[in-house]
Amino acid sequence: MSVEARERKQPWILLTPALTSVTLLLFVPLLFIVVYSFWLRTATGADDPGFHLDNWQKALGDAFYRDILLSTLRIAAITTFFCALMGYPAAYFIARSKGNKAILLLLLMLPFWISYIIRTMSWINILGVSGALNSALMALGVITEPIQMLYNEATVILGLIHYLLPFMVLNVFVSLDGIDTNLEDAANSLGATRWQSFLNVTLPLSLPGLAAGGLLCFVLGAGTYITPLVLGGPRDAMFANLVFEAIITQLNWPLGSALSLMLLAVLGVLVMIYNRYLGMTQLMKGLG
Amino acid sequence: MSTVALENVVKRFGTFTAVHQTSLEMDDGEFVTLLGPSGCGKTTNLRMIAGLLDPTEGNILINGQRINDVPIHKRNLGIVFQNYALFPHKTVAENVAFGLKYRDVSRAEMEERVRRALDLVQLPDSGAKYPKALSGGQQQRIALARAIVIEPSVLLLDEPLSALDANLREDMRIELKRIQDRIGVTTVFVTHDQSEALAMSDKIVVMSAGHVEQVGTPEEVYNAPGSEFVANFLGASNILDGTCEQADGTAVLIDVPLLGRITVPRAKAPAVRPGAGAKLVLRAEKLVLAGEDARKEDTISIPGVVETVDYQGQAVRYFVRSGETQLQAINMIDERPFAKGQPVSLHFRQRDCAALGAE
Repeated sequence: MSVEARERKQPWILLTPALTSVTLLLFVPLLFIVVYSFWLRTATGADDPGFHLDNWQKALGDAFYRDILLSTLRIAAITTFFCALMGYPAAYFIARSKGNKAILLLLLMLPFWISYIIRTMSWINILGVSGALNSALMALGVITEPIQMLYNEATVILGLIHYLLPFMVLNVFVSLDGIDTNLEDAANSLGATRWQSFLNVTLPLSLPGLAAGGLLCFVLGAGTYITPLVLGGPRDAMFANLVFEAIITQLNWPLGSALSLMLLAVLGVLVMIYNRYLGMTQLMKGLG
Repeated sequence: MSTVALENVVKRFGTFTAVHQTSLEMDDGEFVTLLGPSGCGKTTNLRMIAGLLDPTEGNILINGQRINDVPIHKRNLGIVFQNYALFPHKTVAENVAFGLKYRDVSRAEMEERVRRALDLVQLPDSGAKYPKALSGGQQQRIALARAIVIEPSVLLLDEPLSALDANLREDMRIELKRIQDRIGVTTVFVTHDQSEALAMSDKIVVMSAGHVEQVGTPEEVYNAPGSEFVANFLGASNILDGTCEQADGTAVLIDVPLLGRITVPRAKAPAVRPGAGAKLVLRAEKLVLAGEDARKEDTISIPGVVETVDYQGQAVRYFVRSGETQLQAINMIDERPFAKGQPVSLHFRQRDCAALGAE
């Protein structure tokens, strides 16, 4: 075999394990879900295989699902906004600190060593009726009765920020770290104050990282069901909770399939719009 | 137009002293080069003038005004960085106009000044391009245009040519000097390249290990080096120990065991004292090889044997053993170079020698 032929083949050989697992573990199950969504769950509890549009009519037509979808997107957007607001300064601090970047990044990754569910549940010990905050306020005499702070939309957003902030920080860090510090020095020497050179040079150059982090936070936030389950009240269900409810609680796989495909389609369209305006190549650069 | 001065400046990083007590003066319109190997403190000095580093001790003055506490964006300096530091998300015209945005300049004047700056660096049609569409040499010119368009009081150049390849570097050297002559701005140039320093400077500051070794015109530092370090850093020199036998206002007489008595012009041996040790500096270019029995007028001749031949095309570098001493000679090639092992005679003129006082 010639060198050229070998070089042409090599990438495919290297990609084979990944492509095989993506096909078998992602693509094929997804096709099953598509097929399932056209089945119908009968009164007996058995699924009627065939081509029924009932699930889709319900998912697309029922205002209940539409409202929860919109509120899911709203919660994900608010979470992403706060992650950007809090994550950017942190990423800037790490990127500009001298020498101990590796330790700071390690500290940032540390929470990932604890299960996401445990991390989410830890808020119950902080904000719960007999949690740390209520106990402290009562001990200080600020309040006499514990306040119910949990189980509302604010705590869901709090939990999501806790979960997603490291993703934002990492993405912004990668793009900030790649910016030559001479650029800021050059801008300063030309007459820009530090704030002006940040706005005119550093911020625009770090937008790919911010965009990548934002997309990641939004998609992960919109697809989560554990945070609203643990920290939300009965009215704070997000769309993935409906899928969970349909499949796990009601064992209604056909409806659950239709709902999950609906969420997938909406997020897919949003990613495509995002890509149209910010460009996937920019995101790739941000991701490193 | 401006003068720059460093007064007893010291810069320490923790326990490490990057710049020992240094005082320098740069006249209006002068092209001053800080020359030295990496780690000698030349860039630290430049960054202190720029306001990118604070001096630990001492004062930095521009036009006689102490500017230690003036923030960088108010110093009105043009800086060209080694890696150009062009803003990649802005077009060439936007890059050049950047500094004008922070000055009271009308839109029409801004466009006019950007156009003139691009003309000056001979890239008039590049305004709409992005920096990454330009070659290294072109990016360098844009960085220069961006620095001079604001009419800085001082132009600071931090190894601006070192990222270019050899041929381009020589072209840019001439170009840079032409532009500097034309706008007449006081310029501080940092380099480790002695040929750049010799070709471009009005004044060279040779630095080593945080100390200033010598300050002088290119001719002065080249012909009358003030220290062994300078003699070796600017070109190659043979340094031979000897004793000063006699000295007056016009000449000094130095006895060197290998060569005998050599008379050196006083101007090239200012620090030599009669009766004390001295070091004779004999530049490798001034030591000429000839056939074994060749005789030359007005020269000192000694015999030797060629040990190493380093062929460089138009020139050749020899290491020649004479007695116990190895001497270095760089000669232009006439016909063919001498061969390894060949006996030769070595010639030099006494007035080409310089001498240092013993340390």
